[in-house]
Amino acid sequence: MSKLAAFPELLSITTDVLIVGGGMAGAWAATSAAQAGAKVVLADKGYCGTSGVTAAAGPGHWWVPPDPAAARDAAVANRIAAGLGLGEADWMYRILDQTWRTLPTLARYYKFGTDDEGRVNYRAVRGPEYMRALRQQVLSYGVTILDQSPVLELLARCDGSIGGARGQRRQDGSRAYRVEAGAVVLAAGGTSFLSHLLGSRTNTGDGYLMAAEAGAEMSGMEFTAAYTIAPAHSTMTRSMAYAFATYYDADGGELDLPFGPDQTVRLARALQRGPVYCTLQRLPDDVKARLHTISPNVPLVFDRWGIDPYRDRFEVTLHNDGTIRGIGGVRVHDVNGATSVPGLFVAGDNASREKVAGAISGGGNVNSAWALSSGVFAGTAAARVARSMKSRSAELTPLGRAGLRPHGRPQDIDVAATRDRVRAEMHPFDKNLFRTGAGLAASSQTLEDLWSEVANHGQAGSIALRETAALLATARWSVATAAARDESRGLHRREDYPARDPRLAARLLSGGLDQVWVALDRPSASAQPGQLETTS
Amino acid sequence: MIELIVAERCTDCGACIEVCPANVLDPGTDGLPVLARVEDCQTCFMCELYCRADAIYVAPDCDRRVSVSREDVLASGRLGQYRRHSGWDEWAEHFPNEQWLMETVFRRAGEAAAQSRAERPEGLGGKK
Ligand SMILES: Cc1cc2nc3c(=O)[nH]c(=O)nc-3n(C[C@H](O)[C@H](O)[C@H](O)COP(=O)(O)OP(=O)(O)OC[C@H]3O[C@@H](n4cnc5c(N)ncnc54)[C@H](O)[C@@H]3O)c2cc1C
Ligand code: SF4
Ligand code: SF4
Repeated sequence: MSKLAAFPELLSITTDVLIVGGGMAGAWAATSAAQAGAKVVLADKGYCGTSGVTAAAGPGHWWVPPDPAAARDAAVANRIAAGLGLGEADWMYRILDQTWRTLPTLARYYKFGTDDEGRVNYRAVRGPEYMRALRQQVLSYGVTILDQSPVLELLARCDGSIGGARGQRRQDGSRAYRVEAGAVVLAAGGTSFLSHLLGSRTNTGDGYLMAAEAGAEMSGMEFTAAYTIAPAHSTMTRSMAYAFATYYDADGGELDLPFGPDQTVRLARALQRGPVYCTLQRLPDDVKARLHTISPNVPLVFDRWGIDPYRDRFEVTLHNDGTIRGIGGVRVHDVNGATSVPGLFVAGDNASREKVAGAISGGGNVNSAWALSSGVFAGTAAARVARSMKSRSAELTPLGRAGLRPHGRPQDIDVAATRDRVRAEMHPFDKNLFRTGAGLAASSQTLEDLWSEVANHGQAGSIALRETAALLATARWSVATAAARDESRGLHRREDYPARDPRLAARLLSGGLDQVWVALDRPSASAQPGQLETTS
Repeated sequence: MIELIVAERCTDCGACIEVCPANVLDPGTDGLPVLARVEDCQTCFMCELYCRADAIYVAPDCDRRVSVSREDVLASGRLGQYRRHSGWDEWAEHFPNEQWLMETVFRRAGEAAAQSRAERPEGLGGKK
């Protein structure tokens, strides 16, 4: 510890396992690491309990009891087929099993609902209550929680393995802190590229950037074209009630947008033509009567605006889900969340969910089963690694670059304008949902210029600048991977390649900081990134 | 975005400052939390849930500021409404958490859509 004292950081902590991010995945990881006997620190940018997309929503978990076994076989077979070649049955069985075993253990802190037949329902939980319960559980295991403490960068030992992280206590005079840890779990969520997706404001892709700086690669970053309906000008991207919506154009003509898998795409096309309005009059009366006790934040929006959604027509929009209800993230080598970097694990939306979701959105069921299970696996594995370490005292090198340590002369960066330009590439339907090679090339150029500016000139100082670097890195991997996938598959739709190409029934890896690369994920270990290499 | 903290209700407990995921609020010199960075507000309504004094009003508008009058909000009965309907804290026995119904609603919607497809004339609502 004598070495550490020389650093200017004011708060310095040593622990076995550090968890970055306190949403569903981070909280389950902290619980499991502590259960495995590790000393655990969990740091969240916001507050563990309210931050992240878990807290503001109501995750329904993928839930199939083990008995009869045929039910799980059928669920996995369906998902493999729907996943269009990118899913893996083994991983699906693992998360189904882990979710089924683990979720009910929260009953000490969460009051699971009882259905009209008196059966306990575990799979569907309400976000704020769920995250409040997880916080209580985490605290009950003696985990140290650092709230309002965004992690800014990872720290590496001289062998490249990860030995901690640095961040800032933003409600404590922006005091710097540093955690030295035997292993680190990144659970910092996905990113919506700052769309108004409910609960996604703190998720700026920081966990992806930090992983890449440590040497990890991404997988499935092209699958960011997920969108969710919300009343215009609101964040309420909770789609249940819209399963019964009737849609109209500006002239009052009814639109043909039946409930089903391509409803979002049809709605996007309608929104390209003009404003779209909707009513929920067809929602069954018994559901109308209970909507405020099913999802209390949904009717709240209408009530405050004086709209009767069952009679009035209100304007709707689509918010981008990015990698949240999309599926890309840090490539996981093993179901335990191990990355290609020793000492670094990932869980939840910070990890790629292709193996459990396939090429389609994991929202609605698989994502939360994955967030829970991957948290449990990664927390347990990180605890094991930390415990097996002989000596902790090592010099640690900070890995942060873009937005912290510029290559060149520091200059002021207009963070707000840069963020708006990222949004302008990642949100419009004509760029990110209905993709074309030419459009992606133009986006790439814009994003490269922005990246160069931030990487060359952005200096440490604001959390917002570091977040902007993470948004840019994530957008660049997404655009480059989308440009490399010359076909349409699941969430990835290319107007210039509308069909599926059987040769591309494989996962695409991506990575790189100043030079972005994309490569086919080959089953053989000898594969070299290079096949599909694009530098942009 | 968060638009109002009703001064006479606020007990200055600090909970909203602590739990706000987007760090929108600062402690004020006179006790009342200050809406310091409203532009960062993610319109998640979490501060309302954690305010036991029902002093906070978050407008559903996430991309525009709206003017909110203290008198109207007080008269509307909407302060504390989200906490109440959530069955949070002292409301637990009054409003059951029926989140579990969600999957049933989706299932019924799927069935209704399938039925209306079956009843539709050829050519309408097909895949496109
Ligand atoms: C409206 C909505 C509804 C959904 N419904 C469902 C559903 O019904 N079923 C389903 O399976 N999935 C659903 N999903 C997806 C599911 O909620 C997510 O996959 C899951 O919550 C991810 O959990 P997580 O812990 O990885 O991320 P999050 O819950 O987003 O947590 C990430 C945490 O990391 C923190 N963080 C970010 N950056 C940093 C940093 N630099 N330092 C420290 N901390 C940081 C954030 O503050 C946040 O607390 C839904 C998503 C949305 C948006
Ligand atoms: S939570 Fe409510 S009572 Fe407490 S400081 Fe905030 S506004 Fe005041
Ligand atoms: S609505 Fe959410 S982001 Fe806005 S002030 Fe309240 S807690 Fe903070």
